[in-house]
Amino acid sequence: MSDFRVQHASWSSRIGTTIVVLAFVAFAAAPWWADRANLRLLSEIFAYVALASLWNLLAGYAGLVSVGQQAYVGLGAYVLFGLAMLAGVHPLAAIPLAGIAAAIVALPVAALIFRLRGHYFAIGTWVVAEVFRLLAAQTTALDGGSGTSLPAAVVVSIASSRQMREFTIYWIALAQVAVVLFAIVWLLRSRYGLALTAIRDNELGARSNGVDVARIKYCVYVAVAFGTAMVGALIFLQKIRISPDTAFSVNDWTAFVIFITVIGGIGRIEGPIIGTVIFFLLRQTLADLGAIYLLILGVVAIAVMLKAPKGLWGLIADRYGWQVFPLERRLVINKR
Amino acid sequence: MAGLDPAIHVLLRMQGVRRGCRHKAGHDRVLEPMSAILTLEKISKRFGAIVVADDIDLTLLRGEALGIIGPNGAGKTTLFGIVTGTVPPDGGRVVFKGHDITRMKPEHRCRMGLARSFQIPQPFDGMTVFENLVVAAAFGGGRSERDVYAGCAGLLERCGLADKANRRAGSLTLLDRKRLELARALATGPRVLLLDEVAGGLVEHETAALVDLINDVRATGVTIVWIEHVVHALIAVVDRLVVLHGGALIAEGEPAEVLRRPQVNEIYMGIEERRMGADA
Ligand SMILES: Nc1ncnc2c1ncn2[C@@H]1O[C@H](COP(=O)(O)OP(=O)(O)OP(=O)(O)O)[C@@H](O)[C@H]1O
Ligand SMILES: [Mg+2]
Repeated sequence: MSDFRVQHASWSSRIGTTIVVLAFVAFAAAPWWADRANLRLLSEIFAYVALASLWNLLAGYAGLVSVGQQAYVGLGAYVLFGLAMLAGVHPLAAIPLAGIAAAIVALPVAALIFRLRGHYFAIGTWVVAEVFRLLAAQTTALDGGSGTSLPAAVVVSIASSRQMREFTIYWIALAQVAVVLFAIVWLLRSRYGLALTAIRDNELGARSNGVDVARIKYCVYVAVAFGTAMVGALIFLQKIRISPDTAFSVNDWTAFVIFITVIGGIGRIEGPIIGTVIFFLLRQTLADLGAIYLLILGVVAIAVMLKAPKGLWGLIADRYGWQVFPLERRLVINKR
Repeated sequence: MAGLDPAIHVLLRMQGVRRGCRHKAGHDRVLEPMSAILTLEKISKRFGAIVVADDIDLTLLRGEALGIIGPNGAGKTTLFGIVTGTVPPDGGRVVFKGHDITRMKPEHRCRMGLARSFQIPQPFDGMTVFENLVVAAAFGGGRSERDVYAGCAGLLERCGLADKANRRAGSLTLLDRKRLELARALATGPRVLLLDEVAGGLVEHETAALVDLINDVRATGVTIVWIEHVVHALIAVVDRLVVLHGGALIAEGEPAEVLRRPQVNEIYMGIEERRMGADA
């Protein structure tokens, strides 16, 4: 017999992780080098990386193709507004509470929609989101369909100066995306990651090798709802204004997120990051074109799906075997 | 006969099993008190108008090796699906280790010790060969990830995949995928191992190595059911043979004797002819 060890990191992941850490430090210092508009743009980018990474976990790994994640973005946002405006909870403390509330709601919702198979599951997720939107529109305490704004007292409680408020929200957005990415890397390196990756590749094979697919999917759905709601809560805390149509927008919180994940590379942790960068590059350069901009997004999505079905990162990873995060389990045999 | 690597013994959960005493030669079924480990009772299944299981009754004894032959479309693979839970039967019961598992999920059956290699390999394409085995050993064997590394490394070597440990399973040739399929089934630490056409496409010395491997596994007390068209490999392992035809068991008994029956011979000739063209 020979000695062996199992190693997670490779030279590409060492470079990748270094770049990610340096980027994090640079972004943490952004209040000193970026102006107000750029800080807002960066927080939006962070929110999309987080949302897309969570959707990728759900659809790319667990095979749960939800088109209704706006349900949890909106739910998280409404819980934050409700807690802050009606219960006097500090808005920052309301962010984790929004996540917990969404996870609790997700438990029975998952039990319900997991009875649906294939396309019906996707339709079911969308129906759930529509129901949530209609319920929000009926909530007269938060001005129902017309929506509402956070009162000045709540806004000031974040920080007294406008600048400090913006910095605070920016840093929380950065922390959120860092935590989401870190949690996903940690998850994928754990025993559950092994199971999730197996499910991604072959559900029949996974079940036949003893992986409890149904339980893992259930846990992932609830965990993703938890994360998505916290991201949603922060997005609308920054916007200050909420309405059912913006909070439960299928366009903003699901269609763009799917676009990002698919062009970046579904079923790979790097995919949503690359996808978000491309999405924002397109959006910043084409924003003036109005409706044509959406058309171009559609064309890009179709082109990528045809030419690189595994997304851009899939193309790169297949060709060069790169990984940004140390996820693989490489068997190294030391011959004695 | 050479023993298995110690690491594989761990994976095969060989508690209380004597080694090297279960080989075909000199094996006497009457003297060994054997109990049933797996029983099929009146299993029936049809796909539309095709009957693939016609009231099948079959009892598998602890430690035995059973071969299944039959023409294409006879329902052999479907029978494995019914046993492992991927195909629901229309009627009948599956009893494993004294428990009625007819409605149990495949993953739970696997953890009880029922492992299967698929005729059409079902690897985790995006994961490495080693990672494929770790999944099977950690989940099928119900053990922690670190505890299975050594056993998986040993299994890779035994199944001829050591030099491809870090290759993605999706990049393997069909032959290596079949090897991986067998290695994964073994990694789960089965009590009953169901093999579906693992010898097709192998050259002679590879077939001999496969027969050795399966005999070694069997020597650790694992019960084996093997569906195989390569009959000479099959009879080098099994001590009982059944013939499935149109969803019905039309013959059962000592392999050589079963193969001599005119009725079986007729079907078997048919298989050989069709196989000539099918396997490349
Ligand atoms: N899911 C399914 N739906 C419909 N028909 C099926 C299904 N699975 C198998 N069949 C049919 O049932 C019959 C038995 O198939 P099965 O795969 O069990 O045969 P087999 O004995 O394993 O054959 P082979 O030697 O070719 O592997 C075939 O006619 C096949 O086409
Ligand atoms: Mg078959």
